[in-house]
Amino acid sequence: MSILVYTENWDGKFKKLSFELVSYAAALAKESNTTVTALSIGNVAEDELKKLGDYGADKILNVKNEKFTETLDNRALAKAVANAVEAEDAHVAVFSHNNLGKAIAPRVAVKLDAGLVSGVVALPVSHDPCTLKKKVFTNKAFAYVEVLTDKKVITLAQNSYELVKTENKAVIEDFDPKVDESEFTTVVKETNKITGKVLLTDAEVVVSGGRGMKGPENWGMIEELAELLGGATACSRPVADEGWRPHSEHVGQTGKIIAPNVYFALGISGAIQHLGGVSSSKVIVAVNKDPEAPIFEAADYGIVGDVFKVLPQLIEAVKEMKSH
Amino acid sequence: MKILVLISNVPDTTTKIRFTGDNTAFDTSGVQWIINPWDELALTRAVELKEAGAVEKVVVANVGEKITEPTLRKALAVGADEAIRVDTEPKDSYFVAKQLAQVAKDFDIILAGIEASDYNGSAVGGMLAEILDIASVSAVSGLNIENGELSVNRDIDGGSQVLSINTPVVLIVQKGIAKEPRIPAMRGIMMARKKPLNVVPAVDAEPRTKFVKFELPPPKAACKMVDEDNAKELIRLLHEEAKVI
Repeated sequence: MSILVYTENWDGKFKKLSFELVSYAAALAKESNTTVTALSIGNVAEDELKKLGDYGADKILNVKNEKFTETLDNRALAKAVANAVEAEDAHVAVFSHNNLGKAIAPRVAVKLDAGLVSGVVALPVSHDPCTLKKKVFTNKAFAYVEVLTDKKVITLAQNSYELVKTENKAVIEDFDPKVDESEFTTVVKETNKITGKVLLTDAEVVVSGGRGMKGPENWGMIEELAELLGGATACSRPVADEGWRPHSEHVGQTGKIIAPNVYFALGISGAIQHLGGVSSSKVIVAVNKDPEAPIFEAADYGIVGDVFKVLPQLIEAVKEMKSH
Repeated sequence: MKILVLISNVPDTTTKIRFTGDNTAFDTSGVQWIINPWDELALTRAVELKEAGAVEKVVVANVGEKITEPTLRKALAVGADEAIRVDTEPKDSYFVAKQLAQVAKDFDIILAGIEASDYNGSAVGGMLAEILDIASVSAVSGLNIENGELSVNRDIDGGSQVLSINTPVVLIVQKGIAKEPRIPAMRGIMMARKKPLNVVPAVDAEPRTKFVKFELPPPKAACKMVDEDNAKELIRLLHEEAKVI
């Protein structure tokens, strides 16, 4: 018995969510008296692999085959993960509730005849029966879900578990996932990488603008603040619909659902559909000239005022903070 | 080429969420039902591809009881040729995927929204692909078909990709697949009444998870206000108090 964690790396470095997942799995393993095996797929150096041990992994299965990370072939990846689960005799598989986790976890659950609970926010409230708390109605409510199968697959909502360092040392083993070349059917024709730009759904800081920004020509300030804070830029639906910003930046109930550490809503009134996509953020900061804007009901920190006056001050203040 | 679009019947996105029966079930009283927003975008793209001559037929499918038929009629009004309703109460993602598997076999492309806005499972598309043992691509934000060849755009870390993939395939789509959901025109609504809506019986399947209880999030603490001329203080609070930057 063990708990298997599907980790993700970007260009050979683990994403923060991978350490969150391992921390979560380590706590779960402690409660159920078992061990944690982390699966790493792609080209990750040994020093980097060892970091998974720092967060509580007992064993690391290392799959060096880059074909998986190059193609992200959902079927091949699911097969590899399911084979790792079986090799380890794992009873729980843990993924992130992000693009890749959502793509693979359901396939793995079917392969293992396991119940899947997606968007889990905490450790189980009970182990027998196994009952997990998850988000429903796009952040407007929570549900408790009982898993009726012996094997379980979980996708963990981002930012719902703190990183916990341990004194653990992990054993690293090469693993053959037993997936043939012929099983990869996804062919990548073109990749447009904006190097260094953080994926919106993974970003810890998101700076977002609404109609109050008045036009695409004013986004320079939003980009500057995001860059200073190492974050991503986003926008509200009207902004994407107007074509001021690409649709890929639209956050909200019908756009991207995000959960950063801090979300800056600048010139965004905060319609219920918008809040649905961002209310899992740890901290919401709102700047709006209308004191009655619904965004202030969801926000933790707010400024009622002209965004064109406030934003340059914020940029200056961050620069100053960074210089200390 | 034939496309199947999976349709989830969900409460309107402005619905106030309430529960009944000691918080064991969603309170459906007074709820307006709509096509799940991502499914609506998927359907819009499928209809566009049909109009462009790249696709011969667009069928929509839903697992639900009779209450979901107005939503399926709306999908027909948007431009689907046929609708299928698997007549049973949806229990969990696996149960729904098993029901859909029986009607999805003859399609080249199956489009599923990235999640349903009610129970946020993000699972039916992937499970269906695995049950049918066919390929799936997630986070799809574009689909083009030229001479019967699929070209699929998807988001990845730090960028995007263009893929080619053989059919049959399940594409799990998000914002971007179509620009705007299509609003049915009067002519479409009239025609929808005559289009076939086939009801098929459920197959045996055991759900693997069970919703036992719901709760609303705790009320949020009041927003801490900072003066307009003191934005510096806001950054200090975020750095020292909230410790998020």
